[in-house]
Amino acid sequence: MDVLFLPEFGQFALILALAMACVQAFLPLIGSFTRQPLWLAYAQPAAWAQFTLLLISFILLSLSFLLDDFSLAYTAANSNSALPWFYKLSAVWGAHEGSLLLWLLILAGWTFAVSLSRGLPVEVLARVLSVLGFVSVGMLLFVIFTSNPFNRLLPNIPMDGADLNPLLQDPGLIFHPPLLYMGYVGFAVTFAFALAALWSGQLDSAWARWSRPWTTSAWAFLTVGIALGSWWAYYELGWGGWWFWDPVENASLMPWLTGTALMHSLAITEKRGVFKSWTLLLAIFTFSLSLVGFFLVRSGVLNSVHAFANDPERGFFLLILLAVTVGVSLLVYAIRVPNLKARVSYSLLSKDVLLLANNLVLVIAALMVLLGTLYPLILDALGSGKISVGPPYFNALFVPLMLLLGVFMGLGPLSDWKQMRWQKLKKKIWLAAAVTLVLGFVVLPWVYDGEWHLYVALGLTLVLWIFTTSFRDLWEASQTKQGWKGISRSRLGMFFGHIGAALIVLGVTMVSNYGEERDLRMQIDQPVVVKGYEFTLKKLIHREGANYIADRAVVEVRNPSGKLINTLMPEKRLYTVRGMPMTQVAIEWGFLKDIYVAMGEELSADAWAMRVHYKPFVRWLWLGALIAALGGVLAITDRRYSSKKAQEQLTAMNAATTPPSAINSVES
Amino acid sequence: MTPKRKQKLFLIGLMVGGLSLAIGLTLYALSSNINLFYAPTQIVAGEAPQGVEIRAGGMVVEGSMQRDTQSLKVRFAVTDYDQEIWINYEKILPDLFREGQGVVAVGHLNAEGEFMASQVLARHDENYMPPEVADALKMAGKMPEGAPFIRASSSTTINN
Repeated sequence: MDVLFLPEFGQFALILALAMACVQAFLPLIGSFTRQPLWLAYAQPAAWAQFTLLLISFILLSLSFLLDDFSLAYTAANSNSALPWFYKLSAVWGAHEGSLLLWLLILAGWTFAVSLSRGLPVEVLARVLSVLGFVSVGMLLFVIFTSNPFNRLLPNIPMDGADLNPLLQDPGLIFHPPLLYMGYVGFAVTFAFALAALWSGQLDSAWARWSRPWTTSAWAFLTVGIALGSWWAYYELGWGGWWFWDPVENASLMPWLTGTALMHSLAITEKRGVFKSWTLLLAIFTFSLSLVGFFLVRSGVLNSVHAFANDPERGFFLLILLAVTVGVSLLVYAIRVPNLKARVSYSLLSKDVLLLANNLVLVIAALMVLLGTLYPLILDALGSGKISVGPPYFNALFVPLMLLLGVFMGLGPLSDWKQMRWQKLKKKIWLAAAVTLVLGFVVLPWVYDGEWHLYVALGLTLVLWIFTTSFRDLWEASQTKQGWKGISRSRLGMFFGHIGAALIVLGVTMVSNYGEERDLRMQIDQPVVVKGYEFTLKKLIHREGANYIADRAVVEVRNPSGKLINTLMPEKRLYTVRGMPMTQVAIEWGFLKDIYVAMGEELSADAWAMRVHYKPFVRWLWLGALIAALGGVLAITDRRYSSKKAQEQLTAMNAATTPPSAINSVES
Repeated sequence: MTPKRKQKLFLIGLMVGGLSLAIGLTLYALSSNINLFYAPTQIVAGEAPQGVEIRAGGMVVEGSMQRDTQSLKVRFAVTDYDQEIWINYEKILPDLFREGQGVVAVGHLNAEGEFMASQVLARHDENYMPPEVADALKMAGKMPEGAPFIRASSSTTINN
């Protein structure tokens, strides 16, 4: 095994990236105060250089994994020569150091994308890039000083690596972290636009328009990332749950909730020029919550299923980083916002206020998750005992809040901006409301098992309400000359976003109320019955895989009418390198139900403890999330963001509204 | 008061009212849904309430595990090396459950002072000890020598 010098080049590239991030952060800052266009112009090439250097650094780390260079401490701890190449590659972000490098690369990627956007005035672009540069400087310092992935293990180079955690040897890991980070880090762009706007004092609605597509894309990535994580936990952890209110899950949910609020509030600010200060605050909060989540996960203060190496020094560094980010941005906010005056009026029943109400509910939900996550930490720090806050707390608060949110989700799209007459709204919604109440609250809850359940009724009412109002809105949008073709992409995006949310509610309602989870003893040829389905353990097989040994159960599943529908083969594996056991579940999946069998423990030579789950509609959860994200994609590709004419109009409008005191060189 | 001011006041009132209601409800829900952790010594001393959901944990006593032959019922003792309590469970134990390792159980105490668990947690990382268990052992002064609490991946590296 050659000790190549690739990692040293990688480290060097990382340090150069830090230098470039400093250039990108400080030169435009100085340039903006001294009014020197030349200094402002440094921002763009510095962002490109930083991206290139981080890409080189990342590729070199990946090469170390592919070439099995176990002289690197990080590679030795997380890879093994027996791993297939794609797991070697995804092992790059399988632990702390490498995932941070991925975080940085994604930040630089977003920065690069922003620097290419057309139609942004040079000074605005320079300010945005400068803010992003500062974020990058902070994170690069963190990586280089506390979490360097390029540390060597010299001179005692291990013969082979300690292997990637078997839980992470799964296709889910290849996509889950990058998508999630695309979301988290994407909110940095909105944050940068907000701070740049505050910094310049030009708080017109232009900044809202510029940052909308970025926010929506970050949101779409985060949505898919969270859904993928939930799906992965469902089939990989062997517990059969899709959401555990685990602190790390909460860490991703909080920015998602405020991000959803931000997306809507940006729409009001752009369209109507109201609630500017609220939108700015939300942009700051969303990114801050991304960082809070990062701190919670990485500092090791929390107890969670997500195992990351813990180190108090890292936690301290992250806390300072967090404090500086939040402190500085709130300070700038406090200085600038009092000058903000909105001259626009709105009535209490209007789309403006309904969207504000939706914002409020989402932010309260995020606060409540934050409180539940931090409460044990606070009590522990105060010495008042070790407590944990369980799912009942979160469910008790989250479910009613989401019901309330659902009501606004129906009313919002059908209302007019500025003012909505109650008579007009009543005319629009009475049919939807009647259908929803009769079908959703009274009729449909009986269908599944012939009994009426309150929670099912509430859930289905909500689903139908969102469906009927969304379709009504779509129908209204089609009442132009061009008909259905005239519906704008952003309107369609909203439609799919809301329908996706409704499908998630449907999945959650069905699986929580009609699902069944049973742990039972299965003996060979002795059938057991769960929810009418008959499970028979036919055989137990011992087999050997590439890097594990496994016990495999062969389980026949018959439906209530006695027909054999599938033979499921779950496994209990022991990964030999780490000596780590793993449960490999077997799922008979369908749109209406999943049947899920996992092996527990061996009880005797012919009997095992088995976990059998019946999960109706569980797939709709993830399907809904994908459809909602698709809505986001549709909204971003709306013509007004891409067509040249729209861009020109925007720049012209912006130039016209800019006060003459500010230097504003419009890009030609 | 101008209509505009009135409107603003209404909105601010709505926000403040909504927020305080939410925080009130949150604190209420928190106070009724938190699970306190008790070490075996505390439970034996009668400090833990009966019939209320709590958490308990410690190191699983070697050789203490008893399994029912006809069902999934299982019984094992956990210790903080000072006192022991028995934990009853009727579901599948986690993959990483082993005798001699730290676990945390969620459940309640019955009248006989035995712990009826609804959930047993062991960590994915085999070198990991739940912080509650580690603290309980420290309090009892029985921390095993050189127990690896935390796996710091940087502890064995040479900085180049």
